[in-house]
Amino acid sequence: MFTRPRTVYDIFSMPTSDTTPTLNIRELPGQRLEIALGGDWIADTQRPSADEILAMLGEKDASKALCFDTSCLGLWDSLLLTFLSKIENGCKAKGIPVERSGLPVGIRGMLGLADAVPEREDVRRLAPQSGFVQKTGLLGIAFWEEAIAILAFIGEVALGFCKLMLGKAHYRRVDLVLLLQECGANALPIVSLISFLVGMILAFVGSAQLSKYGAQVYIADMVGLGMSREMGALMTAIIMSGRTGAAFAAQLGSMQVNDEIDALKTMGFSDIEFLVIPRILALALMMPLLCVYADLMGMAGGGLVSLSLYDISILEYSQHILARLRFQDFAVGVGKSVVFGLLVALAGCMRGIQCGRSSQAVGMAATSAVVTGIVMIVCADAVMAMIVITLHW
Amino acid sequence: MGMAHITVSNLTMAYGSLIIQRNMSFAINRGDIFIIMGGSGCGKSTLLRHLIGLKQPHEGAIFYQNLSFWDASPKERRALMMKMGVSYQSGALFSSMTLAENIALPLSSFTSLSHSDIREIVSLKLALVGLAGFAEYYPAEISGGMQKRAGLARAMALDPDILFFDEPSSGLDPISSRLLDDLILHLRDNLGATIVVVTHELSSIFAIGNNSVFLDAESKTVIAQGDPKQLLAECDVPKVRRFLTRGDGGETHMPHQVTLRY
Repeated sequence: MFTRPRTVYDIFSMPTSDTTPTLNIRELPGQRLEIALGGDWIADTQRPSADEILAMLGEKDASKALCFDTSCLGLWDSLLLTFLSKIENGCKAKGIPVERSGLPVGIRGMLGLADAVPEREDVRRLAPQSGFVQKTGLLGIAFWEEAIAILAFIGEVALGFCKLMLGKAHYRRVDLVLLLQECGANALPIVSLISFLVGMILAFVGSAQLSKYGAQVYIADMVGLGMSREMGALMTAIIMSGRTGAAFAAQLGSMQVNDEIDALKTMGFSDIEFLVIPRILALALMMPLLCVYADLMGMAGGGLVSLSLYDISILEYSQHILARLRFQDFAVGVGKSVVFGLLVALAGCMRGIQCGRSSQAVGMAATSAVVTGIVMIVCADAVMAMIVITLHW
Repeated sequence: MGMAHITVSNLTMAYGSLIIQRNMSFAINRGDIFIIMGGSGCGKSTLLRHLIGLKQPHEGAIFYQNLSFWDASPKERRALMMKMGVSYQSGALFSSMTLAENIALPLSSFTSLSHSDIREIVSLKLALVGLAGFAEYYPAEISGGMQKRAGLARAMALDPDILFFDEPSSGLDPISSRLLDDLILHLRDNLGATIVVVTHELSSIFAIGNNSVFLDAESKTVIAQGDPKQLLAECDVPKVRRFLTRGDGGETHMPHQVTLRY
């Protein structure tokens, strides 16, 4: 009669059902230890950890060979494979021989496959260990290279514009028309909304102060000046940076991923002339128009606030604005918006052209186009504010 | 035939300080169907980018007939590039243009052909690649295999001297892939163009190639060159044998099998 070998250790000695994973370790005659697996070894079941088992094996005599009995094993998945390979590796480290013969064919095959190509030690990557000094140095180098890349790009664009002026640039007129529509008319709704609200905000903030002195009527002057000299151009630029600058970067970036830019170049086109120049041109042409429109929308927003809160009639509001605003106030804002348009388009196109060849790189290009664009806008605005003040415009 | 159309001399390719391939030298003759082969990551596509003038050699030079590409003036370089047609792996069609506009683009920009002439050339090129009638489709509206063929039609727009193919059969079913091979042979025979193909599709390699280089990623050099069929018959470099026989021949992990075979 079959005698059950003496059980050394039962982890789940009383299975609650046939499918509960069980593991028994028994000593067999002939210096062998047997691990008997039963039940379903699949995800979401309570299983002993390989480390536990290894610790138990460690207490046993190291000279014993390890074998398996899987006659009661039900379902299994990759978790059993990782469990077994952990045990095998642990045994190997302790010098305990392991026999796979008791395992089902499928498991033996999969374990064999995993062992077939040994791990390549030379390809392991260690996390770069760098100290503060090295990091600072690397950042400095990166900054320097970035500066050179920006200047080189601006140079190429300038050369492209020269060719455009000479009528030698190759680009599609129809692309330019579509871009003009995209950067101009299609941006009107969002520019309307934002600048109307900005005008209202200016009026709210200003009126809170002015009403203390009973000078609410000067809200018109304040909104008029604020929108035309500064906020119209700035808000339009920021909207266009998020809307169009990011779109430029994403378009050119995905063209890079899709080899379209390579194809253009090998066909004898210059990517700068064909893709970048029309985009910069379109935005630089449309921005001043959008800016004037934003100025007017902002003043309308201010008018609504002064009418509803302070009963200043539309007529009085507009008379104040007309009396206070000079042509050069408008001109300052419009001039700024041309510069902003150039910068937003430059940042968008540059990030797109520099984009790497993966979809992640396209996302980074779009993000970086917006960040670069806004940083450049604000820096340029600060510089221009100083110039304008110095010249008493 | 027999005259070197493209000569690569001591070319070293690198990305920054990372060397991809060293000291490559070979010649591509006029009328060749030249295969660039090798395992993944050995620099096949990088070599292609060098040959089509998109990447400057780290060291060495590439000559077209007797003109060194990177020593030529920008004007000469552009003229050279316009004599090349490149069919990209993904087609690389301009997604904002219809197929007709894609193919017409180089024609309308670099030639003084009339609109009606251009239209006729466009339908001819589309017909050559079996896409007659698809002129007004956008690239996104046709299948991947069709995009690839449309890309080839665009590459042929200016009747190039040299046609480059990057993985022409990837993503194609066996029959389309075979048809493309036939088309490549046809183009060589009828136009006398030199054809350079980057591929690792064995059936294509043997069906169309009459000269080749085999790049190796580990030693970073060309480890075999010549007619692929001859390489299969004679080459005794184990890596090349294994590649050309889909892993059956050459050096194997199991020495007893070798003793059985010989």
